[in-house]
Amino acid sequence: MVIDRNHILEILKGVSDPEIPVLTIEDLGILRDATVDDDGKVIVHITPTYTGCPAMDMIRVNVRAALQEHGIDNVEVIQSLSPIWTTDWISEEGKRKLEEYGIAPPVEQTTDKSFINGDKKVVPCPQCKSTNTEMVSLFGSTACKAFYKCLDCKEPFDYFKCH
Amino acid sequence: MKNNDLFKYTLQLADDVMILGHRLSEWTGHGPVLEQDIALSNIALDLIGEARNLYQYAAKQEGNGKTEDDYPYKRDVLQWTNALIVEQKNGDFAQTIVRQFLFDCYHYYHLEALSKSTDEQMAFIGAKSVKEARYHLQYSAEWMVRLGDGTEESHARMQQAIEDKMHYFEELFIPTAAESRLVESGVAVDLAPIRVKAYAKLNEVIKESTLKLPEDIYTQQGGRNGVHTEHFGYILAELQYMQKSYPNMQW
Repeated sequence: MVIDRNHILEILKGVSDPEIPVLTIEDLGILRDATVDDDGKVIVHITPTYTGCPAMDMIRVNVRAALQEHGIDNVEVIQSLSPIWTTDWISEEGKRKLEEYGIAPPVEQTTDKSFINGDKKVVPCPQCKSTNTEMVSLFGSTACKAFYKCLDCKEPFDYFKCH
Repeated sequence: MKNNDLFKYTLQLADDVMILGHRLSEWTGHGPVLEQDIALSNIALDLIGEARNLYQYAAKQEGNGKTEDDYPYKRDVLQWTNALIVEQKNGDFAQTIVRQFLFDCYHYYHLEALSKSTDEQMAFIGAKSVKEARYHLQYSAEWMVRLGDGTEESHARMQQAIEDKMHYFEELFIPTAAESRLVESGVAVDLAPIRVKAYAKLNEVIKESTLKLPEDIYTQQGGRNGVHTEHFGYILAELQYMQKSYPNMQW
C-alpha cells in the first residue's frame, strides 16, 4: 500500500484536543507535519503548547489510534520544540470555535506591542460580548488559560492566554 | 562522547526547576483559596515540564539507555546540584511567594538569555520556557505587592519571609567551574548581567511592596556541589519513595 502524505494529514485533521474537544490538533497548531519515509513509516510531528501540558501523551495515543483505524500501523510521533509554539498558531477557525465553546480566544498576537509591554488588556466576555470584564486569576483550569468574570452577565469564563 | 560540562550544566538547570516544581506541588489541594491552589499547581506543572525537557536532553547526552526518569528518581542527595533556595520549605503563603518571586527574578532573565544559547537544544528549551516564566514573575510580583503593602499581619509575614529567604538568593548567581567554561563558548548564560537585571526587578518590587531588604546578608551556598540543607532528604524520601520501595518499577 502506498501511503500518501495528504491522506495522512486528512486523517489527522480529525483528531481533537483532549482538553478542548471542539478544537482539532490542526486548529491549535499542535500538528506540525507528517512525512512518510522510504520504508513506508509515517512520522508525525507535533509540538507542545505548554511544556508541562499533560495532554501531550494523550494526543500521541489519539494520533496513533486515528491512523490505526485506517490500517496505518507503522507510525512514529515526534515531539519537536522548534519553531516554538505560540498562541499565534491557533487558526482563525480555531479562535472562532473557542469563543463559541465559551472560552475567550487570545486578544493579541505575541508580536503586538501591547503584549510585549505587558499592557492591561480588555477581554470580551464570550457569552454576552461585554467588554466590562475583570481577571480573577492569572491561572485558570489549565496552564494555558486565565480565569475571568464578566461584570455585566456575571458569568465566569476562561481566557486562552496570549503566550 | 559526551561533553561533561554540558551534561553537568543540563542537570543543574533541571534540578532547580524539578525541586521547585515538586515543592509547589505540595500545595495542590492545600492552597489558601481555590484560585491560588490552581495557580501554584499550574506553575508546578510548567517547572516540571521544563525539568522533563532538560532531563530528556541529559539522557540523550549520556546515552547508555538512560531515560529522563533516571535522574529525578535514582540519584541520591549528593548527586543533586540544585540551588538551596528551591528546596526550602513552603512555610506559610508569604514564605512560598517570596521564595517564588526570588527564583522568578533569576529564572525569567536566565531563560531569556538561555534562548540565545549557541547550543541549539538549550536555546529551544529556553525559548519555550521563558514564555511561561514571564507569567510566573508577573504572578509572584503581584502577590509581593498585595501582601507586602497589605495588612499589618501580611506585611509582617512578608518581611519575615524576605529575611529568611534572602540568604539563598545570591547562590543563584555564582557560576560553577563547568558553567564558566561553557560561558566562553556561548552555551551557558553569563550570570553577571542576569544578576543586574534580577536585582533591578527585586528592588523595584520590594519598594512597591513597602518591604525592606535586610542589610548584611550572609549567603548560604553548597547546592551546586551537592551539599544541601536539612530539608532536602525529606523531599527525596517522598519523591523517590516508589522507586526505592520497588526498584525499577514501571507506572
